[in-house]
Amino acid sequence: MSIDIKTSSIEPLRHTFANVARRLGADKPASRYLEAMYDLQPTVNFHYRPLWDSEHELYDTGRTRIAMEDWYALKDPRQYYYGTWVMTRSRQQEVAERNFAFVEKRKLLGTMSEASRDKAAKLLVPLRHLEYAANLNNTYICAYGYGTATTQAAMFTGMDRLAIAQYLSRIGLMIDGNSAETLDAGKQAWTDEPLWQPLRQLAEELMVQKDWFELLVAQDYVLDGLLYPLVYDRIDAVFERESGAGLSMLTEFMSEWYTEHCRWTDAVLKVAAKESDANKQQIEQWINAWMPRVAAALAPVAEYGLGGEAQSVMSELQDELKARAAKKSGLDL
Amino acid sequence: MTNNTVYIALQNNEEARPIIEAIEQDNRDATIEHFPAMVKIDAPGQLVIKRETVEELIGRDWDPQEIHINLISISGNVDETEDAFRLERLR
Repeated sequence: MSIDIKTSSIEPLRHTFANVARRLGADKPASRYLEAMYDLQPTVNFHYRPLWDSEHELYDTGRTRIAMEDWYALKDPRQYYYGTWVMTRSRQQEVAERNFAFVEKRKLLGTMSEASRDKAAKLLVPLRHLEYAANLNNTYICAYGYGTATTQAAMFTGMDRLAIAQYLSRIGLMIDGNSAETLDAGKQAWTDEPLWQPLRQLAEELMVQKDWFELLVAQDYVLDGLLYPLVYDRIDAVFERESGAGLSMLTEFMSEWYTEHCRWTDAVLKVAAKESDANKQQIEQWINAWMPRVAAALAPVAEYGLGGEAQSVMSELQDELKARAAKKSGLDL
Repeated sequence: MTNNTVYIALQNNEEARPIIEAIEQDNRDATIEHFPAMVKIDAPGQLVIKRETVEELIGRDWDPQEIHINLISISGNVDETEDAFRLERLR
């Protein structure tokens, strides 16, 4: 027996907002992501050029060497607008809080060897300063980039980096019993210790890049693409071998977040490179220019975390990043 | 003449939209009717919802079991795997 569901319906005149209808037509409903993204940034009637940059309009495509016919082609595959991004992160935050509570309750960091725990503090805590640089860089991309598609995703990324910096701080506080000693020592190490100076120099060089798309490539693709697998995968495995998975539970958010972050950067680079040969060559040139610099800056950190394997691991990670660029974004490096 | 139409009715909401778009892509013969708060999709003989297509549209991993959250009603024989949710009329 089949049941037929009968209803009477009133056909709405418009299924979506004008900003989406102009692109996709008004005859079918669009996703919230498209409604909260397409053409939100003003493009006309700027009247005056900003005093702080008289070469450009307030919103200007000329702040990068990448050229796009339509900047809104650089969509975020995660389809994050403010609502979905907040909901996703809030779910992840609950899991992270649970992990922190579990590790604290079972005193899992206490079961680590003294040397191991010390190494974890010395390695992870200074990285919060690098995450803060990443926050500033992504905020820059948001401020000077063109098109809501990219700028909103960059802002979300920037805020995510603050969250990661906070998790790193909390790991430090858990190790030092909330005395904040590790945080002070981490700051000291970041500004003075030879181990961190190349990376700190790189972070400061990134902060003065003018071309926002180059900054996206250098920070979100190359630096993150080497740093995250190095710290939260390879070095994490060393800690796990030495003293169990307690620490990994505290950095779980980072590895989860990185997987998702890759999807966004892969998509942005893929679309931009497909647009024209000039774009493709420019992106390839940027990656080729930044990769050795980033690898050199990370070398001492890898050395500290991995010892003798550091060099082979670093070259492996670079090959993996090149393979990823070819496979996911169609770039020939 | 036997009626061999299968159908699936889904809630008309943000979560179901990509599923409906995936059905549209993978089932050329399907007819899609929009009602208030419901979308009913009829197809002759069979209808398939592929995990891969939905994942492409939403940009994250997707389990075909998630259909049930927004499912109102179905008609047909169900064949569920990890990669697809299939409705067909068995003779």
